[in-house]
Amino acid sequence: MAEEVTKIICITCPMGCSLEVTHDGDTVTKVDGASCKKGAEYALAELTDPRRMVTSTVKVAGGLHPLIPVYTAAPIPKPRIFDLLASLRQVELQAPVKVGQVVLASVVGTDVDVLASRDLPAV
Amino acid sequence: MSGKKYDVVIIGAGVVGCMVARFLSRYKLDILLIEKEADVCMGTTASNTAIIHAGYDPVPGSLKAVMNVAGNRMWDTLAGDLDIPFERSGDYVVAIGEEELPALDVLWERGMKNGVTGMIMLSGDEVRRREPYINPKVSGALWASTGGIADPFAATVAAAENAVMNGVTVMLETAFEDFVMEGNRIVGVKTNQGVFHCRWAVNSAGLYSDEVMHKAGVRPEFKITPRRGEYYVFDRADIATNQVLFPVPTPVSKGVLVTTTTHGNTIIGPNAQEIEDKEDRSVTQAGLDEIWAGATKLVPKLDLRYAIAVFAGLRAGGNAPCETPGVDYNKDYVIEIPHNVRGFVNLGGIESPGLVASPAIAQRVIDMLRDAGEKLEEKPGWDPVRPARPRFRDLAPEEQKILIQNDPRYGRIVCRCETVTEGEIVAEIHAPIPARTYDALKRRTWLGTGRCQGGFDTPRVVEILARELGVSPLDITKKGPGSKFLARPTKDVEA
Amino acid sequence: MLKQKYDVIVIGSGPAGLAAAVEAKKTGAEDVLIIERDRELGGILLQCIHNGFGVELLKEDLPGPAYAQRYIEEVHESGVETLLDAMVLDISPSRHIYAISEWSGFAELDARAIVLAMDCRERTRAQIRLRGSRPAGVYTAGTAQRFTNIEGSLPGERIVILGSGDIGMIMARRLTFEGAKVERVLEIMPFLTGLTRNYVQCLLDFDIPLQLRHTVARIIGNRRVEAVEAVQVDEKWQPVEGTREIIPCDTLLLSVGLIPENELSKKAGVLLDPVTNGPFVDQGMQTNVPGIFAAGNVVHVYDLVDWVTEAGFVAGRAAAKYAIAQRKRVARQVKLQAGANVRYVVPHVMDKEALAESDQKLQMRVVSPIEGKVWVQVTDGENQIVRKGQRYARPGEMVTVKIPQKAYDEVQKTDRLTVNVVAR
Repeated sequence: MAEEVTKIICITCPMGCSLEVTHDGDTVTKVDGASCKKGAEYALAELTDPRRMVTSTVKVAGGLHPLIPVYTAAPIPKPRIFDLLASLRQVELQAPVKVGQVVLASVVGTDVDVLASRDLPAV
Repeated sequence: MSGKKYDVVIIGAGVVGCMVARFLSRYKLDILLIEKEADVCMGTTASNTAIIHAGYDPVPGSLKAVMNVAGNRMWDTLAGDLDIPFERSGDYVVAIGEEELPALDVLWERGMKNGVTGMIMLSGDEVRRREPYINPKVSGALWASTGGIADPFAATVAAAENAVMNGVTVMLETAFEDFVMEGNRIVGVKTNQGVFHCRWAVNSAGLYSDEVMHKAGVRPEFKITPRRGEYYVFDRADIATNQVLFPVPTPVSKGVLVTTTTHGNTIIGPNAQEIEDKEDRSVTQAGLDEIWAGATKLVPKLDLRYAIAVFAGLRAGGNAPCETPGVDYNKDYVIEIPHNVRGFVNLGGIESPGLVASPAIAQRVIDMLRDAGEKLEEKPGWDPVRPARPRFRDLAPEEQKILIQNDPRYGRIVCRCETVTEGEIVAEIHAPIPARTYDALKRRTWLGTGRCQGGFDTPRVVEILARELGVSPLDITKKGPGSKFLARPTKDVEA
Repeated sequence: MLKQKYDVIVIGSGPAGLAAAVEAKKTGAEDVLIIERDRELGGILLQCIHNGFGVELLKEDLPGPAYAQRYIEEVHESGVETLLDAMVLDISPSRHIYAISEWSGFAELDARAIVLAMDCRERTRAQIRLRGSRPAGVYTAGTAQRFTNIEGSLPGERIVILGSGDIGMIMARRLTFEGAKVERVLEIMPFLTGLTRNYVQCLLDFDIPLQLRHTVARIIGNRRVEAVEAVQVDEKWQPVEGTREIIPCDTLLLSVGLIPENELSKKAGVLLDPVTNGPFVDQGMQTNVPGIFAAGNVVHVYDLVDWVTEAGFVAGRAAAKYAIAQRKRVARQVKLQAGANVRYVVPHVMDKEALAESDQKLQMRVVSPIEGKVWVQVTDGENQIVRKGQRYARPGEMVTVKIPQKAYDEVQKTDRLTVNVVAR
């Protein structure tokens, strides 16, 4: 097992500190460049289990617009983003839709739901 | 349509082709006007300075001079009949510094020889009084009161519509390929939409007029060299010079103008650069620098911050020698019925002053046909008037109210910057020369030409075009085949 | 049914307009109207489907439409009226509004106070002097966002983005999510112009290359974009020799800046700061024109929508207070009318409170001479307020009468006083 240094930018706050993370595989030994302790937490999470909030759209039939925006209720694993997007492409809702309505439940093996971002009336 | 027999097929629907169609529509002739693009007016006529020249500039004795001055006189009636925005505001050739004054005398002489009336020499003081923004070093100007400005798109569309109203058939996206000849007589025109038989073919193909006439075996030495001219367009809110200002001309071109348009924008340009590609209308750094230098020589206070658009046009520059004895000029118009080919009216190299000359050229075509023995019987019920369509922004509030009451679509603004309503757009989509692309609507209504340059109106226009034409928004184009706005539905991705 | 006159009219229903309308109602404005040019409320938020909204104000991380929806619900619950799919054509300094819509036709409205909330427009290719041809496929990022998220169509498959502003980076991710390939992001400055978090989550996450100190030298393609010519620039933004690169693509997105949209403001006589391109405003967001307020991006470009909402609250509150004060002022006015044999009376209106300070003198001229004793009489229609005797009354001589302070209580009860000059 070899030690390596990975450079990442922390996005916890707008400062955007450039971090240098010394790690051996998944084991972090040192984090340089952080202005606060959240930096180290972010570095660890980013290395071992990077997650992202995902926002996109799904098709709607019978509504004011052909698409409705949707969002994940919590961040999902970054490597699964495109799997999620592929699943969302299969979805077609029927208007009317209410904000917060569950569009897809427990996506990509997590317990995170995808919700509607707005009301969409039927026309 | 293929196989149908016409009396006349006109090749090319720029302002010349459309004027010929309109003037010929007066007679009992079956006329077909073909155009390779998705709309009329997409060649040289689409991008120029839109000046109705007085006629002091062309070489005396040339066809350009004759057609310019004759055409100039026709514009009041023409604009009135066809509802073309036209202002006979007069134009100025401005001399900066004493050394440029003799050039004004040369233009004066030329104007007199060409039969231009209403020219007056002005002192520097008088020019400064009339045009407050002029370079203070102005030493004098030639004022030609018969000069003016017009809307070239409106002129072309109006002429084409009036032609259609009077029985002419217009086919867009129909490209000329070859002539069908019997011996040395043209009996038909071959296009990508089939063959159309005719007794007369009229070549008004502008940039491609050389290629067309060569297919008939006419003037193999005639060549069109595109000369590109670039322009800046300014926001109306900024300096509006109310005048048409020319510099003292050079041998190559009339020079860089500072002028106003019938829409009220100040535009500057063009330069003149010979190029090879007949479709290259790109703007270049060098070209824009050149027109900036030229324009600020006339109006130093121009501010580039207020430039809202740039464009470039291509002049159809020919190399035909002037046929008047004793006149040494080799860039004249070709306006002829050639001896060696029957059934052919050949119009070649119609560059500036093509817009002002267009009705005179049309009249000349009629005269030539009559001289060639064509009977030209008047068509009863020919109507020279093209009815005006309402422009919402030009109406008083009371008239606007009535318009909306009669058709609520005039109450929905699509282009905010230029105040263009859905009602007007729908009217143009269903007009006798239908606007089926974004640029076609832009030319007719001026939408998309303001501050936001289409940022707000484009999605709305695409929606309206799709709805009115009964097609998917994905099929809507900016300027015809090959220029679609959109790629695919957002959610349709190949796995 | 639209009313003729409103306490507060808000132009635009993005975050600034929604907040202003809601706050105006809360502050006590009686009738509030939002005029919105789109078919629904929400403004630009409806197409900003990414999250990051509400973190400061609502302590939640919401996508744009969900953030908008909170305030849209408050708008409906609080009785704010809305006029949708309507464009304001003109505003006068006296707060007269001309608007048109397909459904209501031509509307002329008066407002005691106006809040301008028209957001920005995007900088265009002409304004950054992009050379080359003018094919289909050149979009500002916002227009591309509208097509992708609302209209449901993708602008292209192979994208180059000019500008590292947030809108450009957000669209880089958006288009990547929908299967397009974003080839490059070019930024003419030597630094990122948007948020670092967007650089990470929109570009780095998807290996989209960003080139600083680069720009598009020209666009290639007659009908549709075929490629762009990218070039590196020096500190003076001049091209560096040997760095030109042709990048094949079918779409060029421009994310090169926002300009506050103030054409309407200018029509109303509002003065603009040439640095921001937005109105000069005071702490209540009032412009130089009394009763006309402005909030949000129309004033200057914000970074977080939460602060736009806050600005909307400030403007809405101040606009409502202005409108309420206007109502009170007019309610306090009594009209002074010319009655029998009186041609005109000056002043034309009188603030009733003025009698608390001093007597009020009225001046007039008579229509016909009366050569004999006359009464100059002020009445509220039922009761006489004051009467003055004169020996004659002639049109050539000005006639006056004083309303004494002691008439204060009686005058409060009426909204109209009439002056008569009659023979005794």
